[in-house]
Amino acid sequence: MDNIAGTKSSLVWTVNLAVIALVVLWTIPTFGLLVSSFRDRDQISASGWWNAAVSSEANEIARAGDADTQLQEGDLWVIAGTVLPEGKGEVSRFGTSSRDPTAYAAGETADLGEGVSLTVATDGSYRLTSTTAFEGRSPRIFFTATTPPRLTTENYARVLGAEGLGRAFLNTMTVTIPATVIPILIAAFAAYALAWMEFPGRALLIAGIVGLLVVPLQLALIPLLKLHNQLGIGKEYIGIWLAHSGFGLPLAVYLLRNYMVGLPREIIESARVDGATDFQIFLKIILPLSFPALASFAIFQFLWVWNDLLVATVFLGNNQDQLVMTGVLRELLGSRGGEWEILATSAFVSIFVPLVVFFAMQKYLVRGLLAGSVK
Amino acid sequence: MEQLFMASATIIIGVFGCVAYFFLSNMALDALYPPRGPNAGANISRATAIRPWLFLLPAILLLCVYLVYPFFVSVWLSFHDSSGNRFVGAANYTWLLGDEKFRESMKNNMLWLLVVPAASTFFGLLAAALTDRIRWGNLAKALIFMPMAISFIGASVIWKFIYDYRGEGQREIGLLNAMVESFGGSAQTWLTIPFWNNFFLMIVLIWIQTGFAMVILSAALRGIPEETVEAAILDGASPLQIFFKIKVPQIWGTIAVVWTTITITVLKVFDIVLAMTNGQWGTQVLANLMFDWMFRGNDTGRASAIALVIMLLVTPIMIWNIRNARAEMR
Repeated sequence: MDNIAGTKSSLVWTVNLAVIALVVLWTIPTFGLLVSSFRDRDQISASGWWNAAVSSEANEIARAGDADTQLQEGDLWVIAGTVLPEGKGEVSRFGTSSRDPTAYAAGETADLGEGVSLTVATDGSYRLTSTTAFEGRSPRIFFTATTPPRLTTENYARVLGAEGLGRAFLNTMTVTIPATVIPILIAAFAAYALAWMEFPGRALLIAGIVGLLVVPLQLALIPLLKLHNQLGIGKEYIGIWLAHSGFGLPLAVYLLRNYMVGLPREIIESARVDGATDFQIFLKIILPLSFPALASFAIFQFLWVWNDLLVATVFLGNNQDQLVMTGVLRELLGSRGGEWEILATSAFVSIFVPLVVFFAMQKYLVRGLLAGSVK
Repeated sequence: MEQLFMASATIIIGVFGCVAYFFLSNMALDALYPPRGPNAGANISRATAIRPWLFLLPAILLLCVYLVYPFFVSVWLSFHDSSGNRFVGAANYTWLLGDEKFRESMKNNMLWLLVVPAASTFFGLLAAALTDRIRWGNLAKALIFMPMAISFIGASVIWKFIYDYRGEGQREIGLLNAMVESFGGSAQTWLTIPFWNNFFLMIVLIWIQTGFAMVILSAALRGIPEETVEAAILDGASPLQIFFKIKVPQIWGTIAVVWTTITITVLKVFDIVLAMTNGQWGTQVLANLMFDWMFRGNDTGRASAIALVIMLLVTPIMIWNIRNARAEMR
């Protein structure tokens, strides 16, 4: 028995390590984005996000002030200033030529020849002195600066305001809420009929709905855009609400019907015997009992509509009043490809709400997934 | 803000409209065929025959307008020219067969269809089997499942950051290049490497879909009757043998469902390609090609033809699903 127990504990270790590896692999990409969204713009491009908590060291170049800023102190001509205009960070080493940019430690004095010498202090302030008046271009100063880690919420302020994401957030809400609520009620009535009412053609209808579940949206876009344009709702919110409702309906009917079929027959039969009409049974018994399935579908539809780019691109305009967050992200990827502080922050703003919904309602989401696929 | 009021008003009007429709139509039906009086029997049976259709009408209407009707229009459009006015026969389809980009898209789509469902199902099964055995399994599951909530475009930003390339002499801030450099390799522009860049795009979808596969397969694994596992343990089977010879064979049906569901997602996905490469450097796929012809090419004929090819690829799965659903209803 010892032997078996031994293999078991080593197995438990392997399993734990394997799961840790999987979890790290699956969360690190998002985590990196989150960290980056709080980093200072200069630091994002100076070092990887995994260095966010340590000081970053960068080699930089500054030029000493112009000759006309020189002051005469006794028999010395002096140009003074700082190589760190924003006042953050520390200079550790400096140099006067590109061949040896770290020749001197901060605080030392470098001799440039012809009576010229340079001192750079740790705080970045420099002092260039000469026995004769300066003329022409001033020398360049090479230095190594260490900047302390700086985390800020500036990126969020900028993205929500200047980049128009705040407005896009409102637009996304405007699209998502009705497009989630409208199909639920329509689907619930249909699902009840398909689950509990006898009529010819029922099996055919159910088969049709199962078929429609997988119809690619691509097929519907052009004809519907034409139709909407003819109706005059080509670039209106009402158009996208209807479109999302239509596209979400097969899943809604399918999920709700599967759930309703499983409700106990006795409850419904006894209500019928008591003289309740189908309408009353539906409103007073079925609807309240189906809450878990309704919640599952609502989460699905919410996530799908919130995250959708295709339908929004087709049925809404490209202007500030209608652009949703996924649309803004797409535009930013094109126009600000390298500015990761903007991209990371925007992406995080757009995935924040779905993540909250996801973690708060995970139970219903899982339930819905199981009802929707394992059948 | 004004919009949000409009949206709330729509919800209220929509919900009340729906309730009012169902309520009033049912009342009308009862008034038309009252379930009492001389013809009560005949009236009740007539009302019962009509009532289901009152319940179904709005749904059927929406489904027909938004999914069935577009299918037929798409077929019609695919036989017409770019503006949809002139009949051109099968010209759009013959164009497709000769088009370089279409062939590339088909080839890439086949690659996606092979790799993404297989990899997602594999990792999903692995994650399901492992997380069911440990104490913090539920937390691990939630974290692996999390990418499901992230939009394709958001996921593309996340992964583009990982593949980021700064150029020679600059410090790499993309995780992948930083790792490659720390192992002594040299940084690459991953998204432009022919052929292999397809895999870098696929990783994004695999990352998203693994959680889905895991959740479903984990439920299936838990549904396996314990006697079979116990019997195997008594017979001295090792954990690996139990998993591959006892458990996996019992959940083949679920694996097939997961596989086909991811297959459908793969065929429809376009956001990832659009956002990461926009089909350049040999990464085009059908859904993005269709989008390209619809918006930039402004050619409804060709775009519809491509959409129908996607539909054609989905059809076997559709038939399979319908068959399963019907078998189950019996």
